[in-house]
Amino acid sequence: MAGAELEGLRARMEKALPQGALQEVQADGAMQIRPNALLRAGQFLRDQEGFDYLSNVTGVDWIEQGQFEVVYHLYAMRRGERIVLGKDPDGPLGPVVLKVRVPRGDPAVPSVVPIWPSALWQEREVYDLMGIRFDGHPDLKRIYLWDEFEDHPLRKDYSPEEVQGE
Amino acid sequence: MSEEAAVHVPMEIEDLGTEPITLNVGPQHPSTHGVFRMKLQLQGETIVSLEPILGYLHRCQEKLAEGRNYLQSIPYTDRLDYVCSMTNNHPYVMAVEKLAGIEVPRRAECIRVVMDELTRLLNHALFVGFLLNDMGAWLTPVQYALREREKILDLFEMASGSRMMCNYMRFGGVAHDLPEEFMPLLTKVVEEFPAFVDEYERMLTTNEVLLARCKNVGILPPDRAVAYGVTGPVLRASTVAYDVRKVERYSLYGELDFYVPVGTIGDVYDRYLVRVYEMRQSVRILEQVMKLLAETQPGDIQSKVPKTVKPPAGDAYARIESPKGELGFYLVSDGSEKPYRWRVRAPSFVNLTPLEEMCRGHKVADVIVIFGSIDVTMAEVDR
Amino acid sequence: MSQPEQEITPEQLELERRGILLTTVEGLYNWGRRSSVWPMMFGLACCAFEMMATGAPRFDLGRFGAEFFRASPRQADLMIVCGTVSKKMAPMVVRLYNQMPEPRYVIAMGACAVSGGPFRDGYAVVQGVDRYIPVDVYIPGCPPRPESLIYGIMTLQRQIDQQHLKGVPWYGKGGDTRERPIPQYGPHDLVLPEEG
Repeated sequence: MAGAELEGLRARMEKALPQGALQEVQADGAMQIRPNALLRAGQFLRDQEGFDYLSNVTGVDWIEQGQFEVVYHLYAMRRGERIVLGKDPDGPLGPVVLKVRVPRGDPAVPSVVPIWPSALWQEREVYDLMGIRFDGHPDLKRIYLWDEFEDHPLRKDYSPEEVQGE
Repeated sequence: MSEEAAVHVPMEIEDLGTEPITLNVGPQHPSTHGVFRMKLQLQGETIVSLEPILGYLHRCQEKLAEGRNYLQSIPYTDRLDYVCSMTNNHPYVMAVEKLAGIEVPRRAECIRVVMDELTRLLNHALFVGFLLNDMGAWLTPVQYALREREKILDLFEMASGSRMMCNYMRFGGVAHDLPEEFMPLLTKVVEEFPAFVDEYERMLTTNEVLLARCKNVGILPPDRAVAYGVTGPVLRASTVAYDVRKVERYSLYGELDFYVPVGTIGDVYDRYLVRVYEMRQSVRILEQVMKLLAETQPGDIQSKVPKTVKPPAGDAYARIESPKGELGFYLVSDGSEKPYRWRVRAPSFVNLTPLEEMCRGHKVADVIVIFGSIDVTMAEVDR
Repeated sequence: MSQPEQEITPEQLELERRGILLTTVEGLYNWGRRSSVWPMMFGLACCAFEMMATGAPRFDLGRFGAEFFRASPRQADLMIVCGTVSKKMAPMVVRLYNQMPEPRYVIAMGACAVSGGPFRDGYAVVQGVDRYIPVDVYIPGCPPRPESLIYGIMTLQRQIDQQHLKGVPWYGKGGDTRERPIPQYGPHDLVLPEEG
């Protein structure tokens, strides 16, 4: 997103969210939010700012720093539609990148499914492969591996050779 | 037969005791487009609830890519959506180019667009064939589509050396330049393809059986489509005109002139029509790109890139409009030659999320048709 | 009739000119079986598309009698395992194999079915389908070209030609027709149940 649009968005978000919720804005525009302010931020971005399309939910394992990170990529679909129809979009199109960090010991992030149902399976995938719990998810269970599986393979300390042999 | 006998008389079944039953469909099933399992709760023949079960083709690609360097992961991208291998390479190389700040020469961009649109033609032709297969036309329409697919695969083999897993795009361009025989054959394919789409349309678009089985089946309202993050032809059939090619204007799409077909109510028939019209628009795009390609100098197909790419620490998300929807790659780099996190945003995975909502209230036979109309590839869903 | 070991004598040639063919029961039986091998629809991944392309107009598997893909394992002779067998899918593969009636054959098509292929190091990939079921023909490639699949089916046909009625598993006392054990989902990996 362009610098000026991002600055405007950041200022509006700081006003809308509680003090200290917006922890950091990185150089490329990604915004780090406190986990307990994620739902407020999501509601604001969807309803007030028009970012109605959650494209991607990713889990990243920062093992050296002892943290898990969940990254959300948001776009404005209805505004993007205006471009396709030949009109002026009248606002930023995205991406808005939200990042949430939680400690590795007991990773739990509020689920954004009530705001963007597109996270329904993507959060299940992050839970399955990384082990991050999503509180408030309607149906949090494994999606790729079988239910009896106990490990979380995408973690940096999981090695198939050690656990399964050869 | 008298007139009275032709009138449908509904049967009274109040005194027949019925119970809901659970029916398991898949993972091995003639129409599941790969290994996909559904647990259906049926009341009679009507779906009460549907639980999709995935993971039967989970090949651990994201973990494997973390152990390989960036170049070695390009063949893994081919195997994501195996029907469209060329378009899978594209967002991945775009993401690495974003991370490392690599430019792409114009001829390479032209070639990339040619390959993308050829893949779109291939995919949509196969989609129509498999939709008809799901409706019971067995494999006859698929044979027509496979006949055209062979012509396009000849082009891919000429350019990249392989029919399916092309592994053709590289960071900063493409791997090999087009041989001399490519352009004449491409011209021939582009000239003959509209006749094939006409043939398909003549047989199918006003076909009674197709209309009866597809009209008003599996309707996805536009606000639900946007909420579920659905993209691609399924979204456009649900009347939302969002196409990543027009919004992001990546590669050459900012200069090209084409329409984006949009449906009227978002049923299976609209999804079929949107794809047929997209095939025609892809031919239009190809005609324009062939002219642009003729203006470039042969040979300039890849900018100077180190043998082992080591992008600086950071992250990047690149997305394109693949034939199935928005395909994106999110890469996190820690400055070394191996990615720290390699994530695929697969369109089939997200498009499959509203399946239960679309199928509730329909019959079992409709479930197969609705599932076919979303056009998924299980390798992309399960990765 | 394919009886490569025997040469046609002048008397046989004379009979053939008059429309009488001589063969053995075994030759006739094997000819019938090898000329109509009906595969089961078991496309798992990318190789499935090359299998479909082999049935398509250009390569035409129908010439070999094998174009009729059966959906049900009860009606199929041949299981072409096309694509990666993931650990979640492995019990289904074995269950389907057990459901096929004898005589049954398995072709492992593609690098993934042969040995795990490019996904061999994965935590959820079975390193070759022959860990759980016996395989008759291996076709390497990623994916193998349709011509390779046709060559694989012709190899299978040659194997069928050489099977003798006395030694086949479904007649007589020789051979192995036991049901293969179905792997179970364990906490870290697939677990084969204890034998006996």
